[in-house]
This record gives sequence, structure tokens and C-alpha cells, in this order.
Amino acid sequence: MGGPPTGVAEAPAPNGADPTIGIAFDGVGKRFGDLVALDGVTFEIERHSRIGIVGPSGGGKSTLLQLAAGLLEEDAGSINVEGETSAQGRLTRCAMMPQRDLLLPWRSALDNAMIALENHGLSKKDARDQTRPYFERFGLDRFEDVRPDQLSGGMRQRVSFIRTLMAEKDVLLLDEPFGALDSITRAQMQEWLLVALGDVPRTVLLVTHDVDEALLLSRTVVVMSARPGRVVTVLDASIETAGLSRREIVTSPGFIELKERALEALE
Amino acid sequence: MSEPATRQPSADATITPEVAGRKRRSAWSRFWRAYGLAILFSIALLAIWQLAIWIFHVPKYLLASPSGIVQSLQKDWHRYLEPNLWPTLGEVLVGFAISVVAGVGLAVVLHLYTPLRRAVYPILIGSQTIPIVVLAPILVILLGYGLLPKVVIVALICFFPIVVNGLDGLRLVDDDFIHMMRTLDATRWAIFRKVEFPGALPSIFSGMRVAATFAAIGAVFGEWAGASQGLGYLIQASTPNLQTARIFAAIVLLTLIAMALFGLVSLLERIFCPWVSKGGAL
Repeated sequence: MGGPPTGVAEAPAPNGADPTIGIAFDGVGKRFGDLVALDGVTFEIERHSRIGIVGPSGGGKSTLLQLAAGLLEEDAGSINVEGETSAQGRLTRCAMMPQRDLLLPWRSALDNAMIALENHGLSKKDARDQTRPYFERFGLDRFEDVRPDQLSGGMRQRVSFIRTLMAEKDVLLLDEPFGALDSITRAQMQEWLLVALGDVPRTVLLVTHDVDEALLLSRTVVVMSARPGRVVTVLDASIETAGLSRREIVTSPGFIELKERALEALE
Repeated sequence: MSEPATRQPSADATITPEVAGRKRRSAWSRFWRAYGLAILFSIALLAIWQLAIWIFHVPKYLLASPSGIVQSLQKDWHRYLEPNLWPTLGEVLVGFAISVVAGVGLAVVLHLYTPLRRAVYPILIGSQTIPIVVLAPILVILLGYGLLPKVVIVALICFFPIVVNGLDGLRLVDDDFIHMMRTLDATRWAIFRKVEFPGALPSIFSGMRVAATFAAIGAVFGEWAGASQGLGYLIQASTPNLQTARIFAAIVLLTLIAMALFGLVSLLERIFCPWVSKGGAL
């Protein structure tokens, strides 16, 4: 990925690759039969940075996310996720928070959130003990034993987010995480996620059709075209957010200017 | 992972676990809502039946009246009905249990090994076109006169809906769940055990409910092919004597067996899939 070989790496970089790379797509293409979903997609972000992908529906955004996760193999170009270039390797780096919360209706909220720890071989008791503090932290205490169908949409998404965090992966892939929520809950959840992501340093790839959401939650925003999905423009969205509320951010002149550029690129 | 330190305000603090719980109707009013109309309709049908027999003076040996059937149920219980009820009930229960174990087992195996599914599934469908009525005498020749052929016939007849529903349930689990589990480091087995199998349970139960209604029919076919006891045998033996009311009484008992089995399956479903009645299926 063009990164200079580092002599002494402070963190053990996988495969001896450039440890600063978070996610890098280089000329990535993907087709399903005759349908070209993605064509020549190129972008790169640093480790523990956040990137938002915006684009119209059916523009291959979810395909891009599944490629990053290693759930799909690219047809052209190369993908590097923290040094892992194979699909199998990428899968070990990424945890995905899906658009629908996909909570298992037969498990309590806590048991849903801890499922990755169980997959890592922990006993149910240990997994529960490790997951419980996050319920308190994210305002879900006393809801540990409640079944998902008795939670509100916003709460379900928070359980889903905890489940993604508990996988202890360095890369979080968020697929329209609040797409199914009403606009008020959505705004609350965006604010909440901004704080939550501030606490845990992770490389984040966010896919959304909501320009505000992308600009608010990421440092880099990639605008994509409709089918075939191509990169239209890459925006630097590193505006000052520290200590500001969502309302203050989305109404600031810097934010509005960025939003204008993003919307222009979408047309 | 950093230690959880800051506690964030809840976005919807008004919802508490207590409020989230649903209101419950009383058991009686729920029962009446579910079955009230069916009970009224059945009573009306029985009344019309009884009246028709009185008005048109239908002879007893041609068509039994509801009152005649009730009389037979009392009069024939100890001598004819009860001794023949238990063998049939046994055949139904054992055959059904075997079909559940074999049906769910085969569905799981075929689901996990796709080439095997491709090899076996068409044969499975094809086998269902063979009428069980013609199989029954062959099985009696093969397996003798006792309990075994009846149990096999019940199992054969119940097996198919369970396998087909089970396979559909396992196959139709949303891919998104499987993707999500894969990014959470689940093995193939963990995906099966934690997502696919529980997700397919409602479908398996619906196959079992269909099978429950077939089980008694299977037992009767088996007994007709050769038996010395059972409700099917009783029906066969009562026919030449024109004991119409006794035949109907045996049919009533067969229906009750099927309904009880159906009820048992529904009860098990409610115990094992409590999320389904709340609209939380996958």
C-alpha cells in the first residue's frame, strides 16, 4: 500500500506490514454475474480513524462492507485491513454491526451481547460477567435479562453495538446502524455513538445513506456513485467535535460547508 | 478493551423492564377468544345431524346419531373401546416419537452436508408419492403381525412433514444472521447451534403439528393391514356387524388422540419457543 517499511515497529504489526494502515482499498472491483457492484474503489484510512461511506441506495455500499469484513472476495484490486489482505484474515480483524439489530429473539439482551465471548470459548458465566459492565455504561442496566422484543429500537441497537464491541476486534464495520430508527431516536443514537466511539479507539468503517450521519461520525467521508459503485470524492471531515453537542456540530458553518460539498458530489 | 468508566445517560429512560412486560388476559377469556366460535359451530353441526336423523328416520345401522355415539361410548367403553384404545395410542406415540427423532435428525444432517441433501431430497419427495395404504400390507409381511409394522407406518407417515419443514426452517434462516455470527468468530457448529437450530425450531414444530394429525391415520392403516387389537381393528371388525355407532365411537377416540397429540406439540412449542407467540421469530 505504498507505506515505507518500518524498521522498528512499536506495535507488533501483522505480517510485518505498515502498522498505520487501518483500511485500504486499492482499485477494488466486485461483480455479481453481469451486475457490476463496485468498480475501481480506492481509499485509505489510518488505524483507529473513522471513515464514512455515503451513496445512493443500491450503490454497492453493503457489498463494500462485506468485502472489508472478508465475507466476500474481491474480483479486482486489493484490500488491506490492518495488514490482512486475504478474506479469511480480514474476517479475524473485523466485527460488524448490521443495519437491522439482528438480536436473537430466544436470548436475553445480555446473552445476545456476549455471544462473541462465547464463540471465543468463555463459559456463559464468565461471558456474562465481562459483558454486564457495558450494559451499565451504555444505559442498559436492569435490561440484561429482558428479551429483545421488549426493548425499544434504540435500546436494541445499543445491545447490538455492545455485541460488536465484545468481539474485541480492532475494526468495527457499521452498516447503516441506525437506518431502521425514527429521526429523533436516530439523532440521539448518533450522539451516543460519537461518545461511545470516543472512549474506545477503533478503526471504524461506517456505511450510510445519511450525509449528516457520515460527517458527524467519521473523519473521512467517501461519496460513492450509484451502480456501478465508484468513488466520486473523498472529503476530509475532521471538524472539531470535542465537547460539542450534536446540534452544535451539525449547525456549525464548517459542517454545513462539508455537507454542501457532499450533497453536490451525490448529485 | 478499555474499562467501562463513564456512564452515559439512557436515550429512553422512560422504558423500564416492568413497563416493557406485556399485559396478560385471563386464561379463560383467551381460551374463549381462541376456541369459542369453533365450539359453538361444532354444537350447531351436531344438532343438525341429530335432528336430520330424527326427522328422516335414518336407520341406526346406516348412520349413527350423535346421541347413539354417546351411548356407544358409555356402553362399549369397557368391553370394546378401552381395550383397543391403548394399543393404538401406544402405536401413535411410539411412531410419532421415532418420526420426530429421525425427521429432525435427517433434516439436520441434510442441512449440514449439502451434497447429501442434493442426493437424498429428491428421493425423499418421490417416496411420498407411494401410497402408505399399499405399503402397509408389505410391512406386515416383512415385520410380522405385532406392534412393529404399525409403529413403522406411523413413523413413515409423520416423518415427511417434519423433515421438509425442518429443512426449510434451517435453510431460511436469514444470511445476515450468519454473516453477523461469522464476524463474531463463530464456528460452523456455533452458527448451527446458536442461530440456525433455534431459528428453525418454530418450523420444526409446525411440521410436528401436521405430523400429529397424520399419526392416528397411520395407526389405522397399519391395523387394517393385519392386527388383532386397536381402534382400526375395532372399526374393521364392527363393519360386517353393522355396529355403526361403535365405529363412530372409535372414530371419535381416534380424533381425540390426534387432537391430544396436536395439543401436546403446541404445548411443547410454547415451552421451547416462548419468543414465537410474541412475534419475535427470525
